[in-house]
Amino acid sequence: MARLLGAAIVLLLAVTPLLPMAGMKQYVLHVMIQILIWAFIGGAWSLMGRFGLVSLGHGAFLGVGAYAPVLLWNFFGLTPWLGAVVAVLLTAVLAAVVAYPCSRLAVVGHYFGLVTLAVGEVVRLLIVAERSWTGGSLGVSIKPAGGDSLLAIQFADKRVFYYAALALWLAGLWVWVRVDRSMARSAMEAIGEDETAAASIGIRVTRFKIGITVLSAALTAVGGVAYAQYIAYVNPDTLAGIGVSLRIVFAVVLGGMYALAGPTVGTALTIALSEYLRIAFGLKLIGMAETIYGFLLIVFIIFLPAGIYGSLRDLLRRRRPTAVVA
Amino acid sequence: MSLLELTGVTAGYGAFTALWDVALRVERGEAIAVVGPNGAGKTTLLRVISGVLPMRTGTLTFDGAPLGGRPAHEVVAHGIAHVPEGRRLFPNLTVADNLKMGAYLARARAHYHETLERVYGLFPVLAERRTQRAGSLSGGEQQMLALGRALMSRPRLILLDEPSMGLAPVMVLRLFDLIRRIREEGYTILVVEQNVRQVLKLVDRAYLLEVGRIKMEGRAAELAEQDFVRKAYVGL
Amino acid sequence: MIDPIFLAEAAVNGILLGGILALLALGLNLIFGVIDIVWIAYVDLVMLCMYLVYFLVQVYGWPVWAGGLAAAALGVLLGLGVHLLIISPILGSAPINQLLATGGLLFFLQSFATFLWTTDHRSVRISLPSYEIAGIFLPLTRVIPFGISILVLIALYVFLTRTFVGTAIRAVAQDREAMALMGADPRRIYLVTSAVGGLMAGLAGTLLIFQYSVHPFFGGQFGPLTFMICVLGGLGNMVGAFVASFIMSEIISIAGVVWSTEMGYVIAFVVFIVMIFARPGGILARRG
Repeated sequence: MARLLGAAIVLLLAVTPLLPMAGMKQYVLHVMIQILIWAFIGGAWSLMGRFGLVSLGHGAFLGVGAYAPVLLWNFFGLTPWLGAVVAVLLTAVLAAVVAYPCSRLAVVGHYFGLVTLAVGEVVRLLIVAERSWTGGSLGVSIKPAGGDSLLAIQFADKRVFYYAALALWLAGLWVWVRVDRSMARSAMEAIGEDETAAASIGIRVTRFKIGITVLSAALTAVGGVAYAQYIAYVNPDTLAGIGVSLRIVFAVVLGGMYALAGPTVGTALTIALSEYLRIAFGLKLIGMAETIYGFLLIVFIIFLPAGIYGSLRDLLRRRRPTAVVA
Repeated sequence: MSLLELTGVTAGYGAFTALWDVALRVERGEAIAVVGPNGAGKTTLLRVISGVLPMRTGTLTFDGAPLGGRPAHEVVAHGIAHVPEGRRLFPNLTVADNLKMGAYLARARAHYHETLERVYGLFPVLAERRTQRAGSLSGGEQQMLALGRALMSRPRLILLDEPSMGLAPVMVLRLFDLIRRIREEGYTILVVEQNVRQVLKLVDRAYLLEVGRIKMEGRAAELAEQDFVRKAYVGL
Repeated sequence: MIDPIFLAEAAVNGILLGGILALLALGLNLIFGVIDIVWIAYVDLVMLCMYLVYFLVQVYGWPVWAGGLAAAALGVLLGLGVHLLIISPILGSAPINQLLATGGLLFFLQSFATFLWTTDHRSVRISLPSYEIAGIFLPLTRVIPFGISILVLIALYVFLTRTFVGTAIRAVAQDREAMALMGADPRRIYLVTSAVGGLMAGLAGTLLIFQYSVHPFFGGQFGPLTFMICVLGGLGNMVGAFVASFIMSEIISIAGVVWSTEMGYVIAFVVFIVMIFARPGGILARRG
């Protein structure tokens, strides 16, 4: 049943660019691309989040992922494809550096959250401080390759980016399912339940934690590359720091951290909400849209701790009574 | 009217039931023991009495007042002091501060200095070590501090959870002497112990708790003759 | 080569800044040690108090001490408000939900401040003399806040060690259940702790507004720094936070003079990451 629904959704997404939309198509595609890329990033985050490794600093990986290829292209003409590889390697190292000391202590949600938050801020600050080559708070635009170019990943037609984002999103779901079914998942859950017990039966706790962190970081970096190439502009506040890190986490948790569709549902809803507020307020009452957004986030977290997807699923489960094991 | 009375008490953790239909009573001035093997539910019983763990069914009356379901900090205010398993001292606070916390209740605070003198009188060692970190005391001293802390709240009933646990045999004897002295001061005591032989010498009546149910009850002297005391329940 | 006088001056400025950072770190640590929740939006509460002092003193001409008292009062109210409205409902939730709740508060406060007062920087102009000792300039606008912060820290110390409630707060941080057995209603203790934490935020805000300008994203500047100080000192460890405050402020100050202000922060944060690598439990953590 779920499979059929999933296939239908993918099909619908695949044909979206072909549907008539009364002149709104560019805007709709723009929003959809954002949703797909951020859902991918959210999924990457959730690989850690679902095991209790709550990172509040994924902006660090996103920032490195976004800036590295852009800067390499702008200064050295290095194709973003290779730039992405560099980005992934850099974030992998950064992730390992962060994960290693954290894994030596028990995974305490708040401690890990704060350390990652610090790392996210370091990256953002570095970007701002080194403004001579990073452009500082003003950001940096990608140097145009002059026309469509696969090598430079620049295309005038949004539809190309749309399908690329769709593919990326699907790839992310595939990775999620693979991790979900793997040995790593059982190991991480055991670690989450009782780390000492897990270690005592031979689970290499440190290795798993670092492994999942690196994977999550690397995927996030790829998401950053994708986003940067699409928007063709990078900026430390939209791609690094606590603001973006929190948004990613919010989207995933509101959607439901433990479900495949959770990050996507959450991202879709938060972006839709954000867009709606932005349009509703336009240029009037600057800051009010964000204020309401923040307020709603608080309300949702307090009243829907399992996330929207999680709560829906619980609701549906209650309608169909199954054998309850006492 | 009994000082403490439990009827039909059932309690547990999550899906697991630790106590089934427990009934017991403690009269004013008595010393009562609840004995039984590991995992019988003895600690659970005390936690239910002191309000740390809610009970699922049953009634609990203290001095006529129904206390079932009230949170721990209210139960204490009624006059029940619980010395928990493992002492649960505040390790980074001094001996003096631990005792001070025992007198946190308003009615205890009013007589703080007087009670403190009494406790120091009962446990001179504590007076000597009053500025020492509680975590650095020896096992026996920690037990004394835990007892003293309970006394600071000027309770009417003292619950003792496995006071001899982790203590050397010599200390255990000394400890039970102290409990005897406290008893002589007029406190009503309910003690949970694995060290059956020792505790039966101390109390008036005892209950045997096994797998969450009261299997036997009676005067201490009678229970001491029973087989189970001679068999495997010897405390360390 | 940097003139040693500048380095000495930077070192002194580091100490002067450290005192105020200590207020922030200790306030946050107190709350975490007792309630086990990190208020991600803590420094944004400071931001609100800074705005209050700005409006009262700079715009309405109140005397400084009155503005300070008002900020302290606001801090207490904010502390209580945050606890009652946001923290209480989620005390039993998973840590991530707790982090997100205060994270949402951060968004809310920063945007609301932008809406109310725009992103303009505001500062309080107060002219006080500067003294020169051994070639080092000591502006009173820095020295007096430092002095006050030390007084507040001493008061906090006395409160925590000599009063019943203060000792109870320390006890709850060590064993919540045991303190309930002493008759202390944990909810009351949480409220008092939140109020004290808020008070520290209000006081810190008052001391900061005379040296730094306030704007809605002030929390972005000092927030992460405060968190880092807390982790560096060992989460929940008051003495550690005190020491770590000065370590970080010294690094920022001296590196700021040698390179640039921003690099000063970057280096401080990098040192933080290195320290965490070496001593995950915090600099004062006992080995093993």
